[in-house]
Amino acid sequence: MRLEYFQMIDSIEVLNSHEASITARSHVPNKSPVFEGHFPGHALVPGVLLIETMAQASGYLILALNEFSSMPFLASVKEAKLRSFVPPDADLVVKAALEHEGSGYAMTKAHIHHDGKKVCDAQLTFRIMPFPSPELERHMQTQIEKIGLRKTN
Amino acid sequence: MSNTFETVAAIISETSDIPLEEITPESNAMEDLGIDSLDFLDIAFAIDKAFGIKIPLAGWTEELQAGKAKVEDYFLMKNLCARIDELAATAKQS
Repeated sequence: MRLEYFQMIDSIEVLNSHEASITARSHVPNKSPVFEGHFPGHALVPGVLLIETMAQASGYLILALNEFSSMPFLASVKEAKLRSFVPPDADLVVKAALEHEGSGYAMTKAHIHHDGKKVCDAQLTFRIMPFPSPELERHMQTQIEKIGLRKTN
Repeated sequence: MSNTFETVAAIISETSDIPLEEITPESNAMEDLGIDSLDFLDIAFAIDKAFGIKIPLAGWTEELQAGKAKVEDYFLMKNLCARIDELAATAKQS
């Protein structure tokens, strides 16, 4: 994870296109400017960044399912539950599954586990649109290669 | 059509917290009922599930943005229900 760059997913462990699900891994860094403010003397990953982490795992799933033809953008978050604190140096397992793929939008359910315990979950909705710029498309291709996103089923 | 209208009106009422009696076949979902495009994603999701179809929202949006269609073509309740009936009939055939 590079919190300050919003790079939340380190690697993809499993992409199951048949089941439309994904499992990703993320390691929370020991130090980050984010922890200087959140919170002094009690460093925690902000809940909004946990939601962003679930959104990115979902986004990579949608990207893979649409064969990287268009870009998912987070549109709504429902039933978000932040169940326990996530400290620095935590190893996270992030899972997302497609609930519904509509025309131009998709919905997922996602959750994050730490030490075998669910720390958060949410239902997410994405608008799916053409890549708005070649630069973003190139960036996403680079990210996809970096995290090892490829079909396994 | 009447069954479709009742189902769609119930979905809109529930997802957007609009009293059922305010929704008529002549209501424009966007302009009269105040549903925005984000709210409509939830409605489309529920309609897709209820009727076993995939509302072509991306295509409709493109047509609206390109001026090839008017909002009422797709979002006047009676027109929306007619489109849903067409999509459901096509889905049944395939």
